[in-house]
Amino acid sequence: MMRFLLLFSRQGRLRLQKWFTPTPEREKKKIIRDMTTMVLARKPRSCNFLHWRDLKIVYKRYASLYFCLALEDQDNELLALEILHRYVELLDKYFGNVCELDIIFNFEKAYFILDEFLMGGEIQETSKQIVNRSIEASDMLQETMEEYMSKPAF
Amino acid sequence: MPAPIRLRELIRTIRTARTQAEEREMIQKECAAIRSSFREEDNTYRCRNVAKLLYMHMLGYPAHFGQLECLKLIASQKFTDKRIGYLGAMLLLDERQDVHLLMTNCIKNDLNHSTQYVQGLALCTLGCMGSSEMCRDLAGEVEKLLKTSNSYLRKKVTLCAVHVIRKVPELMEMFLPATKNLLSEKNHGVLHTSVVLLTEMCERSPDMLSHFRKLVPQLVRILKNLIMSGYSPEHDVSGISDPFLQVRILRLLRILGRSDDDSSEAMNDILAQVATNTETSKNVGNAILYETVLTIMDIKSESGLRVLAINILGRFLLNNDKNIRYVALTSLLKTVQTDHNAVQRHRSTIVDCLKDLDVSIKRRAMELSFALVNGNNIRGMMKELLYFLDSCDPEFKADCASGVFLAAEKYAPSKRWHIDTIMRVLTTAGSYVRDDSVPNLIQLITNSVEMHAYTVQRLYKALLDDISQQPLVQVSSWCIGEYGDLLVSGQCEEEEPIQVTEDEVLDVLEGLLVSNLSTPVTRGYALTAIMKLSTRFSSVNRIKKVVSIYGSSIDVELQQRAVEYNALFKKYDHMRPALLERMPIMEKTATNGPTEIVQTNGETEPSVLDTKHPPPVTQPANQVRANDLLDLLGGNDVVPVIQTTLPTKPASAGGELLDLLGDLSLTGIPPMTAYNKNGLKIEFTFERANPNPNIAVITIHASNSTEADMTDFVFQAAVPKVSRHSLELILKCLIMKHSRVNSLFNQNCATVF
Repeated sequence: MMRFLLLFSRQGRLRLQKWFTPTPEREKKKIIRDMTTMVLARKPRSCNFLHWRDLKIVYKRYASLYFCLALEDQDNELLALEILHRYVELLDKYFGNVCELDIIFNFEKAYFILDEFLMGGEIQETSKQIVNRSIEASDMLQETMEEYMSKPAF
Repeated sequence: MPAPIRLRELIRTIRTARTQAEEREMIQKECAAIRSSFREEDNTYRCRNVAKLLYMHMLGYPAHFGQLECLKLIASQKFTDKRIGYLGAMLLLDERQDVHLLMTNCIKNDLNHSTQYVQGLALCTLGCMGSSEMCRDLAGEVEKLLKTSNSYLRKKVTLCAVHVIRKVPELMEMFLPATKNLLSEKNHGVLHTSVVLLTEMCERSPDMLSHFRKLVPQLVRILKNLIMSGYSPEHDVSGISDPFLQVRILRLLRILGRSDDDSSEAMNDILAQVATNTETSKNVGNAILYETVLTIMDIKSESGLRVLAINILGRFLLNNDKNIRYVALTSLLKTVQTDHNAVQRHRSTIVDCLKDLDVSIKRRAMELSFALVNGNNIRGMMKELLYFLDSCDPEFKADCASGVFLAAEKYAPSKRWHIDTIMRVLTTAGSYVRDDSVPNLIQLITNSVEMHAYTVQRLYKALLDDISQQPLVQVSSWCIGEYGDLLVSGQCEEEEPIQVTEDEVLDVLEGLLVSNLSTPVTRGYALTAIMKLSTRFSSVNRIKKVVSIYGSSIDVELQQRAVEYNALFKKYDHMRPALLERMPIMEKTATNGPTEIVQTNGETEPSVLDTKHPPPVTQPANQVRANDLLDLLGGNDVVPVIQTTLPTKPASAGGELLDLLGDLSLTGIPPMTAYNKNGLKIEFTFERANPNPNIAVITIHASNSTEADMTDFVFQAAVPKVSRHSLELILKCLIMKHSRVNSLFNQNCATVF
């Protein structure tokens, strides 16, 4: 299973954190520090895999964001690259030419999309269309409420 | 009270902050506003405030005061509230806080909600961060939902069940009935999560594993359909149909076929088909091939298939894509033990990877190269590895040096070659060699009797060039101390003997003593070497002078050695030749080299080298005594054991002491009666000195139970050459009748010299 997924900028600012195992707050901060240091130190043409403690770390840079996924020993690293790519594609479809600012200002949407794609460290849905449709339907539910209240929820 | 500012507004504001302090100020202000809003129990804006809190939490600021608010949001009827509430719960709560249990009831209600998206939220939260207690409470609900025909929910419930099983394995049985027709699904999402559930169950329970073996034909069929089916827009990734599902099925097949011939046979064909038909131009195809290879290697596949798998890995090694090369090296490392010959065929490609620019690949290639070294290819491989050692980054050098030593020791074609290889490592990577290699090398050199002259000559020449690499200097000084006579007499057979005088040798050794580059340990080696030469060289006076100078050295270790050597000159000159004579051949015991695999990359601190060799042959028996002796040094347990044959001494009160030292162990030794005759009883008790555990304190209790006095009681101790002796008290006294005398005796063990 996947252990955690982190998104951070080239300056090391965290944009999204998803933890699939219970981790104390202090430990999370330490892991984030370690990951950003390690990944940002990599040379441009290096391979996308690292070893850290007993986990395999797969990272990929998309524009100004680094996507960093931690796997257990049994997991397939090459497939993990496809998982990251799939997530970016989902974000792209939703936001339309997604960029870092979209994720900064709509972080809760990024989480909602992630929660339709992955769950408990495993892949939940392998079809792009179904994930997109689920998100749209959920958004509709929310909008209906906002229309009713005639103001944005948050 | 004005409405709290909107989330996007807040984000925009915070991003305008130019310094950390400014940002902190803004955040604190907003947090205060949020806190007062929470206190007022404002339902309308709770959602907005929690959302802002989550943003600030992501920036690294504390947000624990929002935990209860998340629970209130979850309990709300509004979908928007629930969405943010559950998100907040997943980010701010975990099973360490008791607060999370309050969620259980809400989740239970939401699991039965009429809207599937609300059910989905509850399932997601439970499946991501449900604690064992929550899982126990809600397992029944999960099991009920597993029967749903709603595919949107079904896939979520299935993963929820996986989570429950992970948290509370005993509940696995509960989900067994629901697995009846798990694989007859058409929906890929449901199918995928079902395969995950089956995998989890099979991994945890051998009973489940045998129960689900009957699913192999079905799995094979599904996989076949995926490969053969035409273009499916919904699941296509670069021309491959649902690679995620394919990989997951391959993984399940691996587990099912692992120790079972029938299952393995049933999947042979499909594995061969996937291995040969998968498109390899893109990463996704290679991901499937990779998983296939792992499966082939793990099950009881026929040899043709195994060779096919290794060849695929060999092709991966030539791929332009770094990731694929890395993955190939990692897989080959896993299989090198079982399919050694097949992997050997790709040795030259692997060795080429040593020159790769990528640091992770270089490390894998190095580990794999060491695993491939054998008696036939040792010369060629060592050439490549030594070249690698010369040119690699410092982070690799320690592991590479250790690996070279280990390989050389196992497969050296000749003693001369072995010594040359060691010399090469010491001179090129001498400062990266591990400290524990030094005693190992010394032992090796001692045992290569016919090479002594050659060795000392080469080491001497190396010292003339460079005295900065400590392990090299230490080994060299030791050798010069031992074999200096061979050096000066020009006896070398293997190469042109050099002309060197005693004074020149002593100049070099004294140079080490004064040099700033030498560590205290090195200085110790140098001083002892000089001392040893006093029995091999004729310029004894010069040596005496050096030794007496260091009797007042600031370095305590050096001072102690010098003082004792001085004493040797002054009072025990008759013992000097015997004490300083040539070291005997040391019996080889287990080399406690690193055996644990730690997979590392270029960035992290390399710990130990992966040695995939079979564990070194351990010499039995005699290991114990010397082991215990060196145990007193404490600390580094990678210190190899060097056994010396203890010289026989005439039995005396002191003689028995000798045997005692051999039995000294860390865990305390019961007191023993050494001598009990004619009314004289001598007892020894043992303990470790406080605070210095390197010192064993042996207390001798001598008692006289006769009517007469015993006079002229002389206490002497003889020691094995291995240990240095710090004699605190030589006792010469009168033992009154019926009395006891205790004397303390300190045994101080230092490093082998």
